[in-house]
Amino acid sequence: MIKIVKYILLDILRNKIVVAYTLFLFAITFCVFSLEDNTEKGLLTLLNLILFIVPLVSIIFSTIYIYNSSEFIELLVSQPIRRKSIWLSLFTGLAGALTLAFIIGAGIPLLIYVRSVTGLMMILNGILISVIFASLAMVAAVRTRDKAKGIGFSILLWLFFSLVYDGFVLFLLFQFSDYPLEKAMIFISALNPIDLGRILILLKMDVSALMGYTGAVFKEFYGTEKGLIVSFSAMILWILLPLLYSLRKFNRKDL
Amino acid sequence: MIEAINISKNFGKLKALNNISIATGAGQSIALVGPNGCGKTTFIKCILGMVVPDSGTIKLKNESIAAGWKYRSMIGYMPQAGRYPDQMKIGQVIEMLKDIRQSASSPDDDLIKAFSLKGLYNKRMGTLSGGTLQKVSASIAFMFDPEVLILDEPTAGLDPVASEALKEKIMAEKQKGKLFLITSHILSELEELASHIVYMQDGVIMLYKTMEALKADTGENKLSRAIAQLMTKPAQ
Amino acid sequence: MKKVSWILCCILLFNGMLKGKTLKVGKGQVIADITSGLKEISAGDTLVVAPGIYREKNLVIDKSIVMTGINHPILDGENTYENVSVKADWVTVDGFSIVNSGISSTTDYAGLKIYNRHNVTISNNILNDCFFGIYAQYCRNCIIKNNRLSAHQVQEQRSGNGIHCWKCDTMQITGNNVSGHRDGIYFEFVTNSIIWRNLSSGNMRYGLHFMFSNHDTYAANVFENNGAGVSVMFSNHVHMFHNTFRENWGDGSYGLLLKEISDSYIDGNIFERNTIGIFMEGGSRIEMYKNTFRGNGWALKIQASCMDITLKNNNFMSNTFDVGTNGSLVLNTFDYNYWDKYEGYDLNRDKTGDVPYRPVSMYSMIVEKNPPAMMLFHSLITTLLDKSEKVIPSLTPENLKDNHPLMKPLQL
Repeated sequence: MIKIVKYILLDILRNKIVVAYTLFLFAITFCVFSLEDNTEKGLLTLLNLILFIVPLVSIIFSTIYIYNSSEFIELLVSQPIRRKSIWLSLFTGLAGALTLAFIIGAGIPLLIYVRSVTGLMMILNGILISVIFASLAMVAAVRTRDKAKGIGFSILLWLFFSLVYDGFVLFLLFQFSDYPLEKAMIFISALNPIDLGRILILLKMDVSALMGYTGAVFKEFYGTEKGLIVSFSAMILWILLPLLYSLRKFNRKDL
Repeated sequence: MIEAINISKNFGKLKALNNISIATGAGQSIALVGPNGCGKTTFIKCILGMVVPDSGTIKLKNESIAAGWKYRSMIGYMPQAGRYPDQMKIGQVIEMLKDIRQSASSPDDDLIKAFSLKGLYNKRMGTLSGGTLQKVSASIAFMFDPEVLILDEPTAGLDPVASEALKEKIMAEKQKGKLFLITSHILSELEELASHIVYMQDGVIMLYKTMEALKADTGENKLSRAIAQLMTKPAQ
Repeated sequence: MKKVSWILCCILLFNGMLKGKTLKVGKGQVIADITSGLKEISAGDTLVVAPGIYREKNLVIDKSIVMTGINHPILDGENTYENVSVKADWVTVDGFSIVNSGISSTTDYAGLKIYNRHNVTISNNILNDCFFGIYAQYCRNCIIKNNRLSAHQVQEQRSGNGIHCWKCDTMQITGNNVSGHRDGIYFEFVTNSIIWRNLSSGNMRYGLHFMFSNHDTYAANVFENNGAGVSVMFSNHVHMFHNTFRENWGDGSYGLLLKEISDSYIDGNIFERNTIGIFMEGGSRIEMYKNTFRGNGWALKIQASCMDITLKNNNFMSNTFDVGTNGSLVLNTFDYNYWDKYEGYDLNRDKTGDVPYRPVSMYSMIVEKNPPAMMLFHSLITTLLDKSEKVIPSLTPENLKDNHPLMKPLQL
């Protein structure tokens, strides 16, 4: 399996899009921190970028890459290799490459400019979100042979997590505005990795004071060691569940 | 050596394989023939584990291949139209497969020499012609000295010289007692290569006989004629 | 010439007669303790206290005298007594270090307390760990100047206010430095007074707590990093000029909390890095000119209960939200302010934007109506909502807008 990961990783890292993505992240992060004299504001700008661009690039690039590797997958499937190994290698390669791109593109400037817990939290969340959306891409790509449909589905997934879900939350908030929903929000936020990442980062920043009572309730939960463990477990689940589902599908898939 | 028991596979409403059973032995060279879409390729892919049958079991050396993967080291497969990553070079593909399979014996480079592929090692797979791709596929299939060789339309697209070289290789390997499973539409070449014949139609095996028996039954001396006779016969 | 020298002689002589005598007490003096010194001395005299530590329970000054300390002699209240009680008019207490007053939940112990007096001057003292610092009740014409007050309690109820004025008139609170108390400066029923050039920082509750106090001015003060900022309530004719409200960051913390204020002026102040720059409730007839709001969470929260508030020529820069409000009724005027979030254009080059600026964002309205929606802070959907609201306003108050947003910030 390590050999296959090596081949896939080398192949992805040679990919121009990954290089462009890394440079793009790098340029943006550096720009943000050199233009803003206030690192706090720079972090907020970066937060929005990370929550917007990282999932989008991760899921679409991964989906396209999986479709483009269908030949490679076929070639490997006829060889004495476990299907599981092939699929997990593909995932590991993608997740590894995206993580590497994020660390080089955003992580290094972050470490240079903001040597704080917030910066580390941001890097950690960026990595987790990259990996989660690579995992979701596996689901999108395994469901159908049609590349256009697969990419469409992955865009839908991205749209759902970054926009539709929050719209739905807003709708719920207004429907049940007579009830105290702060505690329920903790649970609801954990169901969307982007929301979870955003809240974890915001709570580490000073702006959490702006979040008023909701922020206080969140802080009380996510601020504790238990809350952190729960939230990172939720993130890990967001990686594992889609991956295992796609693996099950792939094991039964006809090539 | 390969034994299929009650294999069925549906693609949606289409019955690609309908309760197929067959048993083959080592040293046999089986020609798999039938009209387009009769299920030949699906059957081959079932053996390779690329298509998972809905029901039935396939055994290789008396062991079920379901959920197995190691058995594939005993199989060399040459696909109908090999698909390789466009960005990889021929040399890289071959090196990678050598790397992954790591067979004990040194790789069999006969076909690479015969096709003079070494000179093309730096060419990317995406730029290759269909014939060259076939050469690569054939070379890979024979490379690891497998006990079973599955060749799907092996000579399609090959130039006569390459085609001859491949046939010679097949003959040579046959002598070593390997099991061959060959599909082709060029019946004349099957005639030279095959010891047995399997005729499939609409996902069903209509006939499984030795070449001699078939010729005797149909009273035809040439395989193409014997097959033509089968094909025109209305299905029971 | 003769006449002139005669008059001069008279003045000098007269002056010498007016000047009371000076008595030096303390360590190494004939009178070693201050209490005895106070008994000895008569009105108009000066009591000079030598350096040292004095534990004399409660010192009562009931004559019009000047009491000064050399090198800040320490008056220790041993956590039990009120250190100094001023019970006479025309008293000056200058240059002492007043420490460890009593702490009680029933009595307002203070480091120094002025009882119903006028023309008292408290200057250049250092107060450390007193319950209340300087406490004035029913006073007139008093000056509290250049004192340094600090306390280090952790619980709010174990700490009193730094400078506490109750039912006073014409007070001058100038150049003091207050930290670590409950409220830095506390005004209740105080009129015609001025609070000038003080620094109030790191107090537990408010930097300045100001209630039922009319016709007062506070100017050029710095209020920094107090638990809940500054609160000015139930008063009219208050003038707030050139103060700095800074770093009041946290839940329920305001740069300036205004409640039921009318006929007042808020000019030239700086509001920097506060959770809420100004929170205004039930205000009327307030003019706000030339203030700078920079880096606040909300620069200004103006509730619908406010009317006739005029905001003109203010700078709003890098605030998360510029203006928040809770209703659609707006009876206030925003004009000629600079908003860094303004994205309009100025085709006729009159230095004001050609399209109005709406400082209330849709998301801030949503949060106002539904606080848990804060969960969506900095999410894509709220950004999109804000953008779409800018194009077609629907939820934000129709007439809360600046018709002449400035294109460039004012040089303030």
